[in-house]
Parts: sequence; C-alpha cells; structure tokens
Amino acid sequence: MSLTLDKPRSPRRPAARRSNLELYSWLFMRISGVALLVLVLGHLFIMNILDGGVHRINFGFVAGRWASPFWQFWDLSMLWLAQIHGGNGLRTVINDYARKDATRFWLKVLLYVSMVLIIALGSYVIFTFDPDITS
Amino acid sequence: MAGTTATERAGTSRGGGTLYRGDLGMWSWVAHRITGVLTFFFLFAHVLDTALVRVSPDAYDKVIETYKNPVVNLFEVGLVGAVLYHALNGIRVMLVDFWSKGPKYQRPMLWVILAIWVAVMIPGTYFMMVRTVTDLFGGS
Repeated sequence: MSLTLDKPRSPRRPAARRSNLELYSWLFMRISGVALLVLVLGHLFIMNILDGGVHRINFGFVAGRWASPFWQFWDLSMLWLAQIHGGNGLRTVINDYARKDATRFWLKVLLYVSMVLIIALGSYVIFTFDPDITS
Repeated sequence: MAGTTATERAGTSRGGGTLYRGDLGMWSWVAHRITGVLTFFFLFAHVLDTALVRVSPDAYDKVIETYKNPVVNLFEVGLVGAVLYHALNGIRVMLVDFWSKGPKYQRPMLWVILAIWVAVMIPGTYFMMVRTVTDLFGGS
C-alpha cells in the first residue's frame, strides 16, 4: 500500500479559520485617522488657540456649545472615533509587549472596560446634557 | 545615526528588509506609539472631567478652575505637540502605505512633517502661553 503523504511529520493543523479582523482594524485606523485629523485638530485649534484656551471654559461655555446640534455631533463623533482608534492602537501595543498570555488577557480586559466606560459615559453626557441643571 | 542609511547585517533579517529597523523610520514609529498612548490616557481623564457638567455647574467649574494654572498650561502645549506629531506622522504613514512612492520617500517625508510641526508649534505655543506669561510677568 503506497500512501503518499506530503509532509508526514508536520502537525495536523486545525481547519483554517482565518479572519480578516486585522485587515479591517488596519483599514479602520487609516479611515478614522483621516476623520480625526479634522475633528481633533479642529477641536484643539478652537479650544486652545482661538481666544485664550482654558481660561474661558466654564459650565456656561459648554452649555453654549452643546446648544448646537453641530457641535454635539462633532463631539460625539470625536469621542467614538478617538476611543476606538486609540483603543485599537493600545490593543496592538499590548499584543506587542505583553509577554504572558495572562498579562495580555487582563490588560485587554482593562482596556476594553475603559473604552466601554468612556464611550458610554461620554455619549450619555452629550445626549442628556441639561443647561438648566441646578447645582 | 540620523541621516545615514540603515546598515544591513547579513542574515539578520528576512529578505534584507531594513526599511525601518534601527533607522529614523523606526524612531518615528516609536514616537507615534508614545504620542498615541499618551493621548489615549489624556482622553480618559478629559471625558471624566467633562462628564462633571452632568453633576453640577459648580462641580465642573471647580475642576476647570484647577486647570487654569501655568503648569497645566505647559501640559496643554505638550499635549497639542503630541497630537500634532501623531496627526502629521499619521498622514506620512498613510502615504507610505498607499502612495506608490511612499516607502521611497519615507525619510524626506519625516523631515517635512517635522518642519511643519515646528512651523505650527512656534506660533501655537505663543498663542497658548501668551495669557499665562502675561499673567505671571505682566504685572498690572
């Protein structure tokens, strides 16, 4: 009986279950990066350069700004894109430098929890902002 | 060393590909990571402080008040510098990825973005610091 085996000693590999996740995350970094160029640099320019930065910021300033749906949408987009872009970047950094599987796992848990927390809290604040809230 | 081509040690890399390793391109990548991670941590704090508008105007104003000092002002300049580098180098990374001549010009493109960075940060720092500096030393 002649049994032809190509590589008889090679370990049997599990059925290919490749996903394109890394490709999509790579693409997402570029696309969100372009959007963030406008959103973040615009935000920094307006907040830090036009009129003297943090010195004019107070509750009234925020109220005036979020009275406009345009700025609400701007800030919401910036929040989501920056969190996912930054979270994906940190995920890559963790994958590169964490040596033990357990370290990698828990760092990523911490990362994902912080991303969900910040996105949820930020979105909640933008959507439920009340300029007439009493202190 | 800056300005020299990465030296290739025989047999140390597959296909002799040393486009980045040990060269300026590698350091631009290191800086890209550091500025990205710093910005992520800043963002965490920034969303939390802004969320105080949902607590009370007073709570928000009190925290913002603590930011109105020269040290925080310096941090702001640093943050803007970090984000600006990350943004400019991000453009460069996309050109390396998507432009057919990108890899060839990755090094001159680094000098270009550093020049833009300096050209923006000089007036930027001035406008960000002018209030603090006049408050500190302006007297009247």
